[in-house]
Amino acid sequence: MRINSERPAGTGVILVTFLLAALLEVVPLNDTLNWVRPEWMLLVLLYWVLSLPHRIGVLWGFMVGLYQDVLVGTTLGQWALAYALGAYFMLAAYKRMRVFPLLQQSAVVFLLVGSAQLLAYLIQESVGRTFYPPYTILYSAAASAVIWRPMCGLLRWVQLRFLVR
Amino acid sequence: MSSANPTYRLLIALVLAVVLIGLDQRSRWVDPLRYVLGYITAPVQYLAHLPVDAGNSFMRLTETRTRLMESRERLERQVLILEQKVQRLAVLQAENTRLRELLNSSANLDASVLVAEIIGVDPDPNRQELVINKGARDEVTQGQAVLDSEGLIGQVVETGPLSARVLLITDASHAMSVQVNRNGVRAILAGTGQGSRLRLLYVPDTADIREGDLLVSTGLGKLYPRGYPVARVVSVNHQSGASFSDIEAQPTAHLDRVSHVLLVQSMEPVSAPDMNADGGAEASATEGADANQ
Repeated sequence: MRINSERPAGTGVILVTFLLAALLEVVPLNDTLNWVRPEWMLLVLLYWVLSLPHRIGVLWGFMVGLYQDVLVGTTLGQWALAYALGAYFMLAAYKRMRVFPLLQQSAVVFLLVGSAQLLAYLIQESVGRTFYPPYTILYSAAASAVIWRPMCGLLRWVQLRFLVR
Repeated sequence: MSSANPTYRLLIALVLAVVLIGLDQRSRWVDPLRYVLGYITAPVQYLAHLPVDAGNSFMRLTETRTRLMESRERLERQVLILEQKVQRLAVLQAENTRLRELLNSSANLDASVLVAEIIGVDPDPNRQELVINKGARDEVTQGQAVLDSEGLIGQVVETGPLSARVLLITDASHAMSVQVNRNGVRAILAGTGQGSRLRLLYVPDTADIREGDLLVSTGLGKLYPRGYPVARVVSVNHQSGASFSDIEAQPTAHLDRVSHVLLVQSMEPVSAPDMNADGGAEASATEGADANQ
């Protein structure tokens, strides 16, 4: 197994995880739960960047973001920009991130998701499509930080089970 | 390890994204890209709606006989009432056409409709949008008016191949021209960003608008058909010192409960004299944003 470890494998599995994230992104929730809907697509993206930094990076972020833009009907490029930046920062920090303790990892995820959302909020604000004040995105960022660890465990299992590398 | 520097890739991505945002805001050049991506986003929307669908069909399967009988009886009563209304409508319509002929203005209230199911709600609380299960392949076009049985819901703002997005009248960036059914006073009805609350903008303190007034669409912006109920006035506050009164309305359509909507298919242009009367009153989605500030 070590022999082929350099050759990428399991792109299909990665795509499926993104599709599942997309599903969770649009699944209907009631008004209260809607506020704390984690940023699933970004979380999955961050996980893959963290575990496969040689493959999944800024361009993946851009593409996934573009998909997210069409999925939720925002200005084309809004989430693409935010996700590309998120992937970039994760790429810059993945070595440290891997040795961080649990709480610190969640804090980094909170910051990354929060800043990506803030960026998207600013773009949305500039086209006049915001209504609630910007601090409301914190709920979702906090939910993302909380869900990060369990989601990592799940994706880790998927990665080992389907030999994604 | 890849040799390409992620910073360069980031720069490329940033430039590309900014160009996309600019193009999307200022032109329609990126619409084909959005359309193509619609082929892979729509299935996700359909899938996300599946549990709701399954729940509904389960409820149908387990419905008791008495419940079915009850609903059948209720529907029969409803049909009777509606039929009686239609009888009167035929006469009124004929009369209306005759009177309009006298006034030399064309009239066509008839429009064919397409029924669509709501398969998604925008997850972003900042925006009031819906996703429906009919798209460009079913000849849904941008700007089409969307109704439910009780009144106007909104307009189609984006068409994918298999689905379309509907901007609700309650969205903060939406505004449209309406008139009071009782006396024909015109005003701009703007969304507030909250479900089930609308505001009338720039209404002078002396205007004759009362609580309970029905607001109907005027068709002035050429976007919405004329004469559909939109909202009902719920409160009128005259503020001393302010130049406009503060009027709130509630949509007649059940925006939060509706599951099927009607898309108005063929839009007849409203008559020319009407258009000249107050051509700029209705604002489209983007113009409405300015009116709101």
